[in-house]
Amino acid sequence: MAASVRATGWGWRHSGRRAWGVHDLNLSIEPGERVLLLGASGSGKSTLVAALAGVLGSDEGEQAGDLRVDGLRPHDAFGRTGLVLQDPDSQVVLGRVGDDVAFGCENLGVPRGVIWQRVSEALEDVGLDLPLDRSTSDLSGGQKQRLALAGVLAMRPGLLLLDEPTANLDPAGVAEVRDAVARTLDGSGATLIVIEHRVEVWRDLVDRVIILDATGGLLADGPVDRVLATRGGELAGAGVWVPEYPPVARTRTSSESGGVLGTRHLVVSRVRGSAVAAVPDLSVRAGGLTALTGPNGSGKSTLALTLGGLLRPESGAVIAEPGLAIGLDPAPASWKSRQLVARIGSVFQDPEHQFLAATVWDELAVGPRALRSRPSETKRTVDELLGRLGLDRLALANPFTLSGGEKRRLSVGTALATNAPVLILDEPTFGQDSRTWAEIVDLLSVRLDEGTAIAAVSHDGAFLDALATEVVALGVDDVAAARS
Amino acid sequence: MSAAARLSGVNPLAALASSVLIAVPLVLTLDWVSASVALVLVLMLLPVVRMPARAFWRRSAAIWIAAPLAGVTIALYGQPSGTSYFRFALADITTGSLALALATTLRILAIGLPAVILFTGIDASALADGLAQLLHLPARFVLGALAAFRLVALIAEDWRSLGRARRARGVQSTSLRRFTGQAFGLLVLSLRRATKLATAMEARAFGAPGKRTWARVSLFGWREWMLVATSALVVAIAVGVSAATGHWSFVGA
Repeated sequence: MAASVRATGWGWRHSGRRAWGVHDLNLSIEPGERVLLLGASGSGKSTLVAALAGVLGSDEGEQAGDLRVDGLRPHDAFGRTGLVLQDPDSQVVLGRVGDDVAFGCENLGVPRGVIWQRVSEALEDVGLDLPLDRSTSDLSGGQKQRLALAGVLAMRPGLLLLDEPTANLDPAGVAEVRDAVARTLDGSGATLIVIEHRVEVWRDLVDRVIILDATGGLLADGPVDRVLATRGGELAGAGVWVPEYPPVARTRTSSESGGVLGTRHLVVSRVRGSAVAAVPDLSVRAGGLTALTGPNGSGKSTLALTLGGLLRPESGAVIAEPGLAIGLDPAPASWKSRQLVARIGSVFQDPEHQFLAATVWDELAVGPRALRSRPSETKRTVDELLGRLGLDRLALANPFTLSGGEKRRLSVGTALATNAPVLILDEPTFGQDSRTWAEIVDLLSVRLDEGTAIAAVSHDGAFLDALATEVVALGVDDVAAARS
Repeated sequence: MSAAARLSGVNPLAALASSVLIAVPLVLTLDWVSASVALVLVLMLLPVVRMPARAFWRRSAAIWIAAPLAGVTIALYGQPSGTSYFRFALADITTGSLALALATTLRILAIGLPAVILFTGIDASALADGLAQLLHLPARFVLGALAAFRLVALIAEDWRSLGRARRARGVQSTSLRRFTGQAFGLLVLSLRRATKLATAMEARAFGAPGKRTWARVSLFGWREWMLVATSALVVAIAVGVSAATGHWSFVGA
């Protein structure tokens, strides 16, 4: 039942790119092996997994060499592979839980009676105890990921492909999904390839680690403990997250001072009249990073948008101190767009929602241009940020074609480009390898020393350890309180 | 949710067939008799299908507003004939245009209200099942449309998101340029969503060779035939009365 994988001189080049995303790859994975796939941001991990799942279209790029699943070309191996991606929202196909899980089986022509038996087994395997007619849009992020996993498992694939399936989840959601995968693999014996920056999540579950080299081929391949023990330092240098070699954050040289942006009795909502969370009064200080934490659905992102003057408070107030408002009303939501961008820079949860330009370079220049900065000044700012964020090779690429980690760095860059005294960041370190993570943390640390005030939504413990000066926890209880 | 209790669980294909059955004959004639007979019969059937009153009014509000508005427009600008009561610029209210206006208003109500009753709380998946299993439309087409239908709900939120993004980036303005820029952004975002959804579907063997099976059975039983027969009866009585009283006037005749 378990499938094998063989790559022979395989490579892939995205259309519109000069460089090969994956290059000269040779590897062989035996049925039943459980592989952790690592590599620096942009080394082609997602591309390889998408190719194995048979979802890389020939119109999307050019292929070299040969890639086989069970001796078949991935495109012809319908149902032999099952893919779960990182974004919970883009994997739900149908409106009801049962129908969504059944979708893959239907496509494979599984007889009706067998389908429903498989659906209930798959839902049980992933621990989703929900009625079959529950609406899929009512599920939490962790539930949606387990639903996606169930939909894949119901097809009984021989090769399970997971592309950062827990990246968008809170710690409880991460554990739910990991445990569900562990249970199902023990049951089915399928081959597993999982991409994940956070090695410790999957370490106990996998028996082999393969590390892609950004310049082509493999950097390392072998049992997890041996690879990490013998090559840990080198791998960490190449951007792989190795628990024994955590990236070292620079030391702060100054400490926080007065508050610049605060809240009072704030209740936030996405759409007027549907409160999401009551927020404990908080103050974002110059030189300080206020971390906003809490489980999925607790209203952190809504709070970030409200603090950033992009949503009006349901009740209560966001108050900019006079030093930030400089002559304007204290409520950021009342400021004009150009006044706002000079004062508060925002990074959205989904970077794709905020891209406006056709190239990476122009994307970074949007803010400075809106502020009418001199062309020479804009160029200096943009070029410096491109280098620091490791995006200089991609200056002319379309932002939408970047990898997940690269998009995230670009969106952080757009907020840094305007030198606003306040930054509101929603998951700024999402999808980063250890090197780009350290670069982002360094950039923010320098800004903090220069007196920038930051509020950041984050599940990333290392990020909070490195930079947070204050932690505000939103709870599901607050949601209930705000709704009542 | 809030669908007519008697109609819950009825194959949406029957609802679709009923709506078409009622609509087609009524748009083929311009008289007021057929429309008003149909309307009266439909309203008489309301208690039978047990549609909650609140849901009925909320769902049909747009039709109650649109129908008289269309009537007023026709009264003012419709084909003038007979006595003229009022003239101003292009507007000309005549006996003929008034009759036409009344007929139009009644017709919109007679076609619109059953559609609201029949399609409230309809299950898109069940409709897709019916279209594919009973009408044998191509599965790719039906499932593609069904999946895309779910994305429509996200468009409003995407639009707000894009507005926020432009504001956050310092390029918000109130001009037409903003609208076109944001509309283009929405197009890009929608295409991205569609691409991702297509990938998700493909990853689950959508388009695999071989015969596709259907997890849910789409049945067309006596309840469905009853519904279709009722609609046929309504429309037959309406057309019959209209013809018998000599009011039937075929469009274009």
